[in-house]
Amino acid sequence: MSERIVKLIIDGKEIFAKPTDTILKAAIDNGIQIPTLCYLEGLTPHGGCRLCVVEVKGNPKLMTSCTTPVSNNMEIITNSPKLIKYRKQIIELLLAERIHTCSVCIANGSCELQELASKFGVDHTNVSRNWERFELDMSHERFVLDHNRCILCTRCIRVCDEIEGVHTLDIKRRGKDSMIIVDLDEPWSASYSCTSCGKCSAVCPVGAIYVKGKPLSETKRKELPKFITERRRR
Amino acid sequence: MIVLAKVKVATVWLSGCSGCHMSFLDQDEKLIELSKRIELVYSPIADVKEFPENVDITFIEGAVANEEQFHLLKLIRERTKLLIALGDCAVTGNVVTLRNCFQDSVKEVLEKAYIETVTYNPQYPVQVPKLLEKAYSINEVVKVDFYIPGCPPSADLINYVITEFLEGRVPSIEEKFKYG
Amino acid sequence: MKPEEIQKIAETEHDLRMSYKYRINVCCSSGCLPFGAQKLLKAFEDTIKELGLERVCKVARTGCVGTCSVAPVVLIDPGNHLYQNVKPEDAKKIVQEHIINGQVLEEYLYKNEAYFSKQYRLILRNAGKIDPLRIEDYIAVGGYSALAKALTQMTPEQIIYEISLSGLRGRGGAGFSTGQKWNFVAKSTAKPKYIVANLDEGDPGVFANRTLAEADPHAIIEGMTIAAYAVGAEKGFIYIRAEYPLAIQTLKKAIEQAKSYGLLGNNILGSTLNFDIELRLGAGAFVAGEETAILSSIEGLRATPRPRPPYPAVSGLWGKPTLINNVETLANVPLIILNGGTWFSKLGTPKCTGTKCFSLTGKVKNPGLIEVPMGITLKEIVYEIGGGVPDGKKFKAVLVGGPSGGCLPESMLSLPIDYESLTQAGAIMGSGGIVVIDDESCIVDTARFFIDFCMDESCGKCIPCRAGLPKVREILDRIMLGEGKVEDLKVLEELCYLIKDASLCGLGQTAPNPVLTTLNYFKQEYLAHIVEKSCPAKKCILKKVEVVKE
Repeated sequence: MSERIVKLIIDGKEIFAKPTDTILKAAIDNGIQIPTLCYLEGLTPHGGCRLCVVEVKGNPKLMTSCTTPVSNNMEIITNSPKLIKYRKQIIELLLAERIHTCSVCIANGSCELQELASKFGVDHTNVSRNWERFELDMSHERFVLDHNRCILCTRCIRVCDEIEGVHTLDIKRRGKDSMIIVDLDEPWSASYSCTSCGKCSAVCPVGAIYVKGKPLSETKRKELPKFITERRRR
Repeated sequence: MIVLAKVKVATVWLSGCSGCHMSFLDQDEKLIELSKRIELVYSPIADVKEFPENVDITFIEGAVANEEQFHLLKLIRERTKLLIALGDCAVTGNVVTLRNCFQDSVKEVLEKAYIETVTYNPQYPVQVPKLLEKAYSINEVVKVDFYIPGCPPSADLINYVITEFLEGRVPSIEEKFKYG
Repeated sequence: MKPEEIQKIAETEHDLRMSYKYRINVCCSSGCLPFGAQKLLKAFEDTIKELGLERVCKVARTGCVGTCSVAPVVLIDPGNHLYQNVKPEDAKKIVQEHIINGQVLEEYLYKNEAYFSKQYRLILRNAGKIDPLRIEDYIAVGGYSALAKALTQMTPEQIIYEISLSGLRGRGGAGFSTGQKWNFVAKSTAKPKYIVANLDEGDPGVFANRTLAEADPHAIIEGMTIAAYAVGAEKGFIYIRAEYPLAIQTLKKAIEQAKSYGLLGNNILGSTLNFDIELRLGAGAFVAGEETAILSSIEGLRATPRPRPPYPAVSGLWGKPTLINNVETLANVPLIILNGGTWFSKLGTPKCTGTKCFSLTGKVKNPGLIEVPMGITLKEIVYEIGGGVPDGKKFKAVLVGGPSGGCLPESMLSLPIDYESLTQAGAIMGSGGIVVIDDESCIVDTARFFIDFCMDESCGKCIPCRAGLPKVREILDRIMLGEGKVEDLKVLEELCYLIKDASLCGLGQTAPNPVLTTLNYFKQEYLAHIVEKSCPAKKCILKKVEVVKE
């Protein structure tokens, strides 16, 4: 049986994709770049960072390309001035939300937020920054959880749940007070469910979860979820 | 022959580590080229007591941490056409503003630095400008015209920005800079 | 039970009702209970017993009549005499005069004609008239006959056709066509299918759904059961706020009764339909009322919204097709089935049919729960039904659509109430909250209040809403303190557009509405705070003085 193929137009370029593809996948496969942050191949798309929003013709709402499946004759714009402005604003809000002081951060040089800021030219923040301080969880013998640098992308939660299968990490509270927690908000060292696999530190886009004594550039493995899920499917 | 007046440039060192100034100096031989077109009217490396009037471009390194800096910055803004925040401390506050996370930050910082960790004759500093309740990045105090993030920004980036402005263009630093 | 038996019960109950000369309806809903409605009910019961009038007069506890400003109220039939602010000690006098002597007591009578004459009570038809704890009361007024009709005389396709014909649109706020929604779910082939009735009414000052559940729970159940038949669902959930204890109690009892009458369960009314309803209590998050967050919550997860597509109609609860309707939408269903879609489509406006319940609060003479036909103007609601602003104060604005609604000025009062007009004006239908604001309130303060609410209730999943709303509030705070700059307004507006356009769910997408509309219609008030450093409503001044003192 031949596979059905859909035709769509992204930024004026005609491309073909599988009907099960998301807009993001179709774009990547065809060399069109859409910025992402919470998205990580191999994990369930989260749709939270809103960086990958695109305009779909005929739809008044902006759609997250990581979650929206393609359909035939879809017309998509990924880089309108409005979208670029929104992306800049989102990066700016993230930089201002918690304490992102790159010069003293373990992720300096391998941080996705830092990279995005440079890429989009977010060279300062217009909104005031928050100075709420969160206590670090350094109880685990190998890992550190630093809420001050967390952007709540939930990659760690998803990798812990979907790949490692233990769901040690989750979120407590809501809105701006949201925080990553270990088990039922216990010190990491007291966790029964954690297998100390370290996948959370491998996928953290910023310096919120890291391995003690090692720069993030040594421990980061962004391709890990994709690698594991692909092998599991076989 | 028309002799173009040199562009008046000032560099200011507020609360920072002077690393950005070092980076500025790291322009090395390009500084010689620059010196033909600019006149350094105020700088920590020049012995000028008061910030002069009618400055064309001012580079500011460091965040605003005490009262003296606060007033100086206001004065600089009044006397400068183009104000550039140089480096992370000036752009975001960087390490200087980390004390803002503490409740009674001035007290905590002073106690830590001058009492707790001092073994010989611990005492609070006297006759120095008073620390502000909170430390600020430059754009929280005055309007900033251009930002060069980096800790420190590279000499090349600084050189690029300044030459672009001298050429009358607005530099575009997207993808050229990096926080931290 | 067979459909004929419903008819029989209805007849018996009707005869029983007719055997009483009078019926005293004591409102025992959340509006009247705090004012001693329970004691009042007992006082009437005791008095009737004392005077030996049990066969002449029936005393019934009922749901909300809608005049919450004059609670507690008593409605005496025949004649629809509404007595206001009744105290237990008045019971004797009222019984003596009204029931025995047949004299209406003018001094207690609710005399505001306009409050009711402008309304069109369709969903609230039984509110205040039947005892919500007795299924027989509901059957007596024609209840469950729509279900009987649907099950015996109609196919699921015919039902969906009638619903589509009626033009009914979702009353939860977005106004999506109900018929279309049902059709999507009906077309999905996956099994099992679920129905979720949304009763998570979390907006401050909104109480329409609660009142409906407290006054006429069976209308919701009947609507759900018809929907189940139409879309082929076997299981329904009513998702209700845990903060609505009386509504929960009432619904629980109603579900029990419906089960015991065979109106829920297997082979409903002798047909092949199996349908059961379960109550699910929300844990107090406003965002849980969002269409997809409700699904997460029912599944036992954090109530965070999910990206759409996939739409719940395709992949909802536990990945199965799920129909999510607001309870008000569902309460319309029995009426449409009984009277036909064409009849319903003639109510309201052509694009926006039927009626809508609004919780009218704030600075109006007659606050309360109202039901009006679509297309009525805001002016009629505020001035005729609401009676205008009390105490000689001046009208300033009306906030339509709850905390994420829009603040509309006097010049917009001729706006007809329908989804499109409201959206165009920057407001929303939302959950049906109307808050009237007088000139004593500062518009910046009002906007800040609602931003504060939405900020607290943001789930934190997406960045624009989580990180953006606190910044919006910060800027508003600064303006209120007199520290605002004119440039702030631009930053404020840009932030609001980001949150509106880029947020994941309805909460974020509508949260900036109060700021955007006030910036649009009341910019001079913002400027007064920023430039003149004064608050036109003289509300923010104190804070400004404090700052100066420092």
